[in-house]
Amino acid sequence: MSTYADPPSRAFTPSMLINDRRYRSYTFQFIALLLLALAIGYLVSNLLENLRVAGLNLSFDFLGEPAGYDINQTLIDYTSQSTHLRASMVGVLNTLLVALLGCVMATIIGVAVGVLRLSNNWLVRKLMSGYVEIFRNVPVLIWILIVMAVFVAVLPQPRDFRGDDAEAQMLWDAFAFTGRGFYLPKPIFAAGSGIVITVFAASIIGIFAYRRHATKTLYDTGRLLPTFWPSVAIFFLPTLLVFFLLGGPIALEYPELKGFNFRGGIYMRNSLISLWFALSIYTAAFIAENVRAGILAVNKGQSEAAASLGLRPRRIMNLVILPQALRVIIPPLISQYLNLTKNSSLAIAVGYMDLTGTLGGITLNQTGRAIESVVLLMLFYLLISLAISAIMNVYNNAVRLKER
Amino acid sequence: MSDTHAESVAYVRDTMLPQQPPPASEAGAVKWMRENLFSGWFNTLLTLVSLYFIYQIVTGAWPWFANGIWTASSLAECREILGGQTGACFSVLTERWNQLLFGFQYPSDQYWRPVTAFVLLIVALAPVLYPKAPRQLLVVTALYPFVAFWLIWGGTLLAPLVALIGVAGGYVAFKLVEHQSFAMGAFAGLVAALVIWVLGGFVSGSAENVLALQPVPSRDLGGFMLNMILGTVCVSLSLPIGILLALGRQSSMPIIKWICVIFIEFIRGVPLITLLFVANVVLAYFFPPDANIDLVLRVIIMITMFASAYIAEVIRGGLAALPRGQYEAADSLGLDYAQATRLIIMPQALKISIPGIVNVAVGLFKDTTLVSVISMFDLVGMIRGPILASTEWNGVYWELWGFAVLLFFIVCFSISKYSQWLERQLATDHR
Repeated sequence: MSTYADPPSRAFTPSMLINDRRYRSYTFQFIALLLLALAIGYLVSNLLENLRVAGLNLSFDFLGEPAGYDINQTLIDYTSQSTHLRASMVGVLNTLLVALLGCVMATIIGVAVGVLRLSNNWLVRKLMSGYVEIFRNVPVLIWILIVMAVFVAVLPQPRDFRGDDAEAQMLWDAFAFTGRGFYLPKPIFAAGSGIVITVFAASIIGIFAYRRHATKTLYDTGRLLPTFWPSVAIFFLPTLLVFFLLGGPIALEYPELKGFNFRGGIYMRNSLISLWFALSIYTAAFIAENVRAGILAVNKGQSEAAASLGLRPRRIMNLVILPQALRVIIPPLISQYLNLTKNSSLAIAVGYMDLTGTLGGITLNQTGRAIESVVLLMLFYLLISLAISAIMNVYNNAVRLKER
Repeated sequence: MSDTHAESVAYVRDTMLPQQPPPASEAGAVKWMRENLFSGWFNTLLTLVSLYFIYQIVTGAWPWFANGIWTASSLAECREILGGQTGACFSVLTERWNQLLFGFQYPSDQYWRPVTAFVLLIVALAPVLYPKAPRQLLVVTALYPFVAFWLIWGGTLLAPLVALIGVAGGYVAFKLVEHQSFAMGAFAGLVAALVIWVLGGFVSGSAENVLALQPVPSRDLGGFMLNMILGTVCVSLSLPIGILLALGRQSSMPIIKWICVIFIEFIRGVPLITLLFVANVVLAYFFPPDANIDLVLRVIIMITMFASAYIAEVIRGGLAALPRGQYEAADSLGLDYAQATRLIIMPQALKISIPGIVNVAVGLFKDTTLVSVISMFDLVGMIRGPILASTEWNGVYWELWGFAVLLFFIVCFSISKYSQWLERQLATDHR
């Protein structure tokens, strides 16, 4: 009697490592690992040999030594006696500052241009596509340098503000736009300003709470509460009330012309502004394309269906088109933010002291710690991009189509 | 019929009215303008603002352009000729033309070499980019890298010749062993090529003057030529590497997959400029102490790594977009991994990824200007360094930057137009 039995499994032979699919992948992975180990070993041995010949060692002690150079745009206290670590922190903050400013402005311009590219006005459409094509097809470095050159050439110098019949005037005696940079009023926080700020934050939260309440009332009872004027009232009234009750604890310090330059106020250097502006208009061209593609990606049937339900055009935009378009727009938008952050490292071309300018520029050149500086520099950018990718993944999961 | 109602109805029309032309406001240019420029107050406002904007640009730029001076020898002379009028000083372009294109160190009696290389580049690219070009031109494409190397860097012709023979020998060995398995074939080809290169290296090293052009060291390359060289070399090198990385990332072997993932994510997470810093100050530490690898080569290595990570991600998108049925169909035909990838998967995946690859290529070409930050004299480096710093041309911003914008715009815009055209050509789905 014959019974069904498994086919006799062949004994393992070395040739199976190449010819049998079950084992072949182990062979390949082993070879890959071996090659990788050999390559790394070769590079590291070269590195050690080179360091020994040059009499260097790898150490991060230089971060604790005084930097000995000045930084002309800082968000935190910094003198030339501060450490290299402090200088790097200044750089990090400067990078984040220009990245944040740039993202906000690029989004505003990009969304406007993207919507205008879909306008039914022929002239505007052509102008906007011209803008997008010109800015997308020319390197951002060239734009940064051009904006810097234009900025210095077109705007007046501080000395032009002097005298009775000066060539240039300050705007409302508070803002001065010069070729050296912008001078803005600076808020001075006295005692009690914390309360004002807390009240302001609380009223922002209050607005959202009120809007939720209005929506809930609408769904529960069908009663439509007004939202616009109450929001405005909540936004302004409590804060102003507390502000005047406490006797105006927040004052503004205006920039004033002293000698050949302005003193006081907030000073944004021309390098910061031209970098900010150039990065914004460059990235905005890409964002405009994303916005346009996102709006076009929403099926025409969606807006027609919404219209046939009797929704008004603004509601169609808010309730039907935008939620679907945003799902398409936001992922590439976030990767444009990432690109902008990475492009901000070109600050070194106009002398804005971001992290690439401090740690990767002057610190590197002064201490000669090339490997350590570049490794730290890369780690910082890597950290930012990993953080942004993580945010993007969370968002993508949140807006993923909930399929049945 | 017409007399049926003759008693009850006073009048019945029995002929068609001749067609009337549409009213003047509903035809031709007027209708077009009403619909496209002046429909509603908001559109009218937009149109007027745009017109004003265009008017400002044109009236601002036209006198500047029309009064342009093309023959002066310095900015001071330009201003003298203009005598207070607005006008451009285009003579900086004519006077520094060669520097802008070739850098300031390339021997001026050898300019014909990069020019020839550029013309040959067009011939070599034609059969790749344009499917209707004669197929015989592919021979030029195959030979081009070696010829271009010889033309631009000079030296003996034997060196690129040995490299060519090595590649050809490797290919023959691959074809001979391929029937055993793809991996064995690739291995045999690699060994054969290496053997030929090592042996040939002795020959070409001992005969440095055979068919030699005047050698030009890499640090003498500059101007727009450097941008073109970096762009072309890095894009063409990064395509195969990117394909391998993408396949590795999709692979079912965990170790290979993770090596590729870490490489790709690391490179994509850092700005190109830090990689150029690596090329400039760090990479030399990782080579043997006596190896003197020049800066251009180090930069090419780093930019190629950078571009291949991005291309890998684009191609991974193409691979992921292929329906699973394609993989299963290839398997059910009995094709092995290499055959399925080469014959079924890659042709379709690459077709899907063409727009993405072109985007990466355009971005990479633009990014080649970043080498000016590590003090190489590409087009931007030439403008910022030797030209704007010279006493004659200190202060000529608009003309020089306008020229740079124009050059890059022409190249990048035509590449992206080409990709749109190619996409239409390759669109085989019926819509």
